[in-house]
Amino acid sequence: MAEAPPDAARIASEARDRVRFEEEALALSDQVFRVARHLASSREEAEDLVQETYARAFRSWRSYTPGTNLRAWLLRILTNLNIDRGRRSQRAPQTTPLEANDYYLYDKLAASDGAATDEERVVERLSQDDIVSALSAVPHDFRDAIVLVDIGDFSYQDAAQILDIPIGTVMSRLHRGRRILKRELADSVTEDAS
Amino acid sequence: MKDAQQDPCAHCEEMMQPYLDHILTEAERVEAEHHLDDCEWCRRRYRFEESLRVYVRQAVSEPMSSGLKQKLAALRIPLN
Repeated sequence: MAEAPPDAARIASEARDRVRFEEEALALSDQVFRVARHLASSREEAEDLVQETYARAFRSWRSYTPGTNLRAWLLRILTNLNIDRGRRSQRAPQTTPLEANDYYLYDKLAASDGAATDEERVVERLSQDDIVSALSAVPHDFRDAIVLVDIGDFSYQDAAQILDIPIGTVMSRLHRGRRILKRELADSVTEDAS
Repeated sequence: MKDAQQDPCAHCEEMMQPYLDHILTEAERVEAEHHLDDCEWCRRRYRFEESLRVYVRQAVSEPMSSGLKQKLAALRIPLN
């Protein structure tokens, strides 16, 4: 008859697993923050959310399945906490902003530049502040998709799991969100020029 | 009005974001690249869209403060 493993051995083995989990999670904190920064509405809020996320992750580490995507697991916690905080994931606004076509921003930037220039230089007409404020002006639902996929490098599949929406919805929000972002950027160019 | 069925540049515009996302099928990718090779108008826009993505990502990336990093490490559950 096999004997149950001694308690001390079991405890030691679990402690090793937990330490490994904590270290792996902490190693991802830069990436988690980078995404959280733009899911939340301010830097302070992002810092609070990341702390709450790690506190919860460390408490419930047993519910993480080793070998699965830990970064997506952490972001799922963070997104839920963000929603719990009252930033309910909003429905798409009733009056959706007018979206320009995909090349609207390019046409505007290139036109205001006069002579034909290098496309890689054209983007540099946008300032960092323009980009940060244009992104924050994108409605939450659309922004979440952009932040996860274009900034956080999550796959459509991971983004769908994190946001708890179908993958097709991720794709359509991404599509519309990018257009809204470009329209906001084009507006910022007009404002700078006036 | 451009008709995507007939106008190859309008069709290319539709494929541009999926192309940048690497989600086109092999046949669509070949078709898009073939058009981009031939068409400077679309090629300029492709280069712009590609640069824009990189530029946006860089512009919005803020490093985490070292203070926050320390706070996170302090949240670890001590071993008994």
